Amino acid sequence: MLEIEKLNKSYGPNRALTDVDLFVPKGVVFGLLGPNGAGKSTLIRIINQIIDADTGTIQIEGKKLSPDHIATIGYLPEERGLYKKMKVWDQMLYFARLKGLSQSEAKKRINHWLEKMDMATWREKKVEDLSKGMAQKVQFISTILHEPALLILDEPFSGFDPVNAEIIKDQILELKQKGITVILSTHRMESVELLCDQVAMINKSRKILDGTIREVKNSFRPDIFHVTLEKIQNPLPAEWRAKEEDGQWHFSKSLDGLTPNELLADLMTYGQVSRFQEQVPSMEEIFIHQVKSSAHE
Amino acid sequence: MNKIWLVIQREYLSRVKKKSFLLATLLTPLIFPAIMAIFVWIAVEEKENQALRIIEVVDENDLFFLESSEQYAFSFSDRTVEEAKELVKKGDRYGFLYIPKINLESPEGITYYGEENPNMNLISYLKSSLKKKIEDQRLYESGIDPEILSQIRTSVDVKAITLDEAGGERVSDATVNYAIGFLAGILIYMFIFIYGNQIMQGVIEEKSSRIVEILVSSLRPFQLMMGKIVGIAGVGLTQLLIWIVLIGTLTTVITGFLGMQLPQQQAMELAQGEVVQAVPDTEMGEILAVINGIDFFTLVSSFVFYFLGGYLLYGALFAGIGSAVESPSDAQQFMLPVTIPLIVAYMGLFVFVLQDPNSTTSFWLSIIPFTSPIAMMGRISYGVPFWELALSMGLLVLGFLATTWLAAKIYRIGILMHGTKPSYKTLWRWVKSSY
Repeated sequence: MLEIEKLNKSYGPNRALTDVDLFVPKGVVFGLLGPNGAGKSTLIRIINQIIDADTGTIQIEGKKLSPDHIATIGYLPEERGLYKKMKVWDQMLYFARLKGLSQSEAKKRINHWLEKMDMATWREKKVEDLSKGMAQKVQFISTILHEPALLILDEPFSGFDPVNAEIIKDQILELKQKGITVILSTHRMESVELLCDQVAMINKSRKILDGTIREVKNSFRPDIFHVTLEKIQNPLPAEWRAKEEDGQWHFSKSLDGLTPNELLADLMTYGQVSRFQEQVPSMEEIFIHQVKSSAHE
Repeated sequence: MNKIWLVIQREYLSRVKKKSFLLATLLTPLIFPAIMAIFVWIAVEEKENQALRIIEVVDENDLFFLESSEQYAFSFSDRTVEEAKELVKKGDRYGFLYIPKINLESPEGITYYGEENPNMNLISYLKSSLKKKIEDQRLYESGIDPEILSQIRTSVDVKAITLDEAGGERVSDATVNYAIGFLAGILIYMFIFIYGNQIMQGVIEEKSSRIVEILVSSLRPFQLMMGKIVGIAGVGLTQLLIWIVLIGTLTTVITGFLGMQLPQQQAMELAQGEVVQAVPDTEMGEILAVINGIDFFTLVSSFVFYFLGGYLLYGALFAGIGSAVESPSDAQQFMLPVTIPLIVAYMGLFVFVLQDPNSTTSFWLSIIPFTSPIAMMGRISYGVPFWELALSMGLLVLGFLATTWLAAKIYRIGILMHGTKPSYKTLWRWVKSSY
């Protein structure tokens, strides 16, 4: 769907993107991760043709990025805004038409979405009379009215209460079902694990890792297993620092060059193994680890 | 192009549909006449209710006579200066004019005493009366009979005829031309400021509420900026059109109501060109002849041109400033380069252009694009050579192309910048950068 090669961008002396390559397959939810100031917003702005890259190429479905693609991209910026004095209906119509929809088609779709999201009674309301969550919903709908093939959401859950965040999450998954590609830029790692198929992480203008969630997690396995033993037959070595609780011994053990099976066999000689679970890092842990380790470079 | 049109529509409709627009449009033409009417009424009331001010005059030459008016009465006496001052202090007299023995060739020492500062009218009346008397006295002393003197005094009125290049003649009148230049200049000045500010507010609104990020993902920043500028120009033109219609109908209704059909009839007859010779030599006839002599087509079309040209030139700058800042209060620091030329043009209109429309300063003010929209409107009713008008208009077009180019460079970067307060240096870097 989206292919980015060797993208570079600097603002005066400051580098925002350095040789960034990115491949986003069609129909996935793609998580774009990275701390503030890493270059995510710059990348998103370049894909949206708000600013130009210095060098590098971007292709959408095999075609070089051009103004014709505006109608195929939907963009929800992190800092979002609506015209306060404008009515919900007029506002949606304006945004939809700027994306190239005809008047009649735009009206039809707005009606459809207002019904679908139980917002039909808001259409004559001014944005300044809406709650923050309501305005966010209006904004979200405005982003997808033109049925973009590529949807770019920058921190889509910020500002939503849990109920509305859930609604938006369902909508994202529904759009994915329809084959729409979604790029999700966020700090909320739990939503990354729930929603994203693939991720890429950007730090200090460079892409530092990418792949499917599973691939990323695998590459960051610390090879530590959480173990619980019962009915101890032999005393456990002191360096394992096992803690006893109601006859159960809990501890963590690293592989130290063994395969998991070898470790398990070894553990079985001490007693009955009631838990043997690999420690899988959360995306959050990986995120923090990566950012910290690159800070020392 | 289609997208610019959408922006123009939104900018236009969102303003024109507002109640405040309707209110301002309907009330403004009523406010000025209303304020004038109130002033006139107050002045009349004041005159009627004012107690007569008595001024004590002590003239040691026994020569002068001052004519009393509705406001002032002059009482001549032989009181001493101290006595007269005492009268003023007690409030028995409004003021006291002391004329010591003077040498007519160089009168000195004439003094006015008052409890309060005398107003300009009184002082100039006193001056001119005394001057006239002294001059008369000196003429008399040099042997000229006062009888002859009064016969010699004549009142002269110069009738001005402007010759145009085609060989035609038209009656012109400095006062009418002054009024037209004055009104047109002020209107353009106000329009640029009011609507320029609206552009700036609109840009700041879009930037600070972050709508702009969504907008520029759908269209080029330049399209957004031009759409806004043109849309708001439409609002201004609509307002102007409503005013013209409103004032036109109002004048017709009022003159009709007051039963003053005469000027209209005359105007119609004049327009038909049948009775030009027979225009009565009355004041009304003269004014009509003057109005008839004005080239309304040139006047109106150049008004619209300078109205739009000046607005576009400054409007782009207002948009550029709006894009660089995050709140209207931050905009103050960048307003100087916009307000200074506007104020120069405004002051120039009164100090140079309306005083002498053909002076060198007036010429340059009406040629330089930053001042020409206001200054040229002050000259146009006096008649301006074609080449000057063409040069001025051409430069104005170049001027607004240049400011639009400059503003667009600042705008496309400024609207996405948050958190930093730019300086002139930063703006210049934006202009140069290719982004």
